[in-house]
Amino acid sequence: MSNWDRFTDAFFNAKVMAKYLPDILSGVVLTIELAIAVVISGLLAGLVLALVRSLGIRPLNWLIIFVVDLFRSLPPLVVIVLIYFGLPSAGFSPSAFVSTWMSLALVLMAFAEEIFWAGIVSTPKGQWEAARSTGLGFGQALLHVILPQALRLTIAPLTNRTIAITKGTALGTVVALHEILGMASSAMSNSYNPSPLMMGAAAYIVLFLPVVVAARWIETKFSWKR
Amino acid sequence: MEEIVQSFFNREIAEAALPIVLAGLLNTVLLSLLVVPLGLLGGLMLALVAQSRNPLVRWPLMAWVDFFRAFPPLVLLVLLFAGLPFAGLELDGFTCVAIAFFLNTGSYYGEILRAGIESIPRGQVEAARSTGLSGLQSMVHIVLPQAVRNVLPDLLSNTLEVVKLTSLGSVVAVPELLYQARQAQSVTFNATPIVMAAVIYFLILWPVVRILSRLENRALAVRG
Repeated sequence: MSNWDRFTDAFFNAKVMAKYLPDILSGVVLTIELAIAVVISGLLAGLVLALVRSLGIRPLNWLIIFVVDLFRSLPPLVVIVLIYFGLPSAGFSPSAFVSTWMSLALVLMAFAEEIFWAGIVSTPKGQWEAARSTGLGFGQALLHVILPQALRLTIAPLTNRTIAITKGTALGTVVALHEILGMASSAMSNSYNPSPLMMGAAAYIVLFLPVVVAARWIETKFSWKR
Repeated sequence: MEEIVQSFFNREIAEAALPIVLAGLLNTVLLSLLVVPLGLLGGLMLALVAQSRNPLVRWPLMAWVDFFRAFPPLVLLVLLFAGLPFAGLELDGFTCVAIAFFLNTGSYYGEILRAGIESIPRGQVEAARSTGLSGLQSMVHIVLPQAVRNVLPDLLSNTLEVVKLTSLGSVVAVPELLYQARQAQSVTFNATPIVMAAVIYFLILWPVVRILSRLENRALAVRG
């Protein structure tokens, strides 16, 4: 056997790949489900926090700023470990899926709130005053005048941040979540062959490369005009 | 309530775990001092090469950057740590972290620095060259200092992410803060050491988050 054959036999072993393909695919499905759950709940929670913050209730705003700062400074893996291994002693045992989902959603919420808030603040005060003076209520002005402008500004930074945090679904492996990396790792130790890991790596590229390329396009399309 | 204090803020366990956790903190600091300059160096190399107008250079470079931005850092780390031994190359966790960070965070730093360099008008380079500076000199003395200043918030924000990312080292047995805390937790069956690690991360990184929050709000307000 030549060196090359030995290499392909180890890393691209057709027999091993065929055997573990269903496992990897089920990991892909779980990763997609988790990613969708994180993106929707994280962005929504971030937007709600930013809107509440725009009401200007002091003690509430301090609380929001603290929570946002907290989840911006903690590494997502620390949050996952804390929720999965820590919460059971408080009488609540979330599954690996729920732990990973909660952690990543909280982190995305924090970053999204900050970006949405920056977008709202960046809309000049005159816009508020003009909207209110035409007879729009606070909610109407926010919904029809401020948010459409604020959201446009936030699209590029928000996309990049969302991708970075969604890639964190792989962290679920640490708490034995059966997502792509988890499936690939256990398949690798069962077969004593790294081919499943190569499949897992390929799956991540197939999932995330189009999103990264799309983000590049979005960035140029919605970039700030100087 | 008593139970919560016992399992999350247990004083006895905190005292016993403190030296272990602090040793982890030291390693996290050392690890950050290694991987941040390494990532910056990788990023600078990518950003400089990206200035080439040759599409045969630009396109593969863009593919390289997008590849590593799409690839979860933990997967890269596991691939190096658990996959490479099958190719006869066994690296320790520390080396794997260094390589993975060079590739992953280098791509992010590269994109930021490229944007910075491209924010400097071409006339600056032309003026610098016409005073007799070489291409390299005008890059080092004229373009880069301004470029870095223009993208300072992004550089700082990415550096914060890199420091947080060092917690991945725990997966490949690098004894950094999270790893040490988990060791202490698994010995004591108590979550206090993890809470300690979280508090340490927060105390160290909170000031950075505050500064960033100000810088970002200002940047968006100016551009908006």
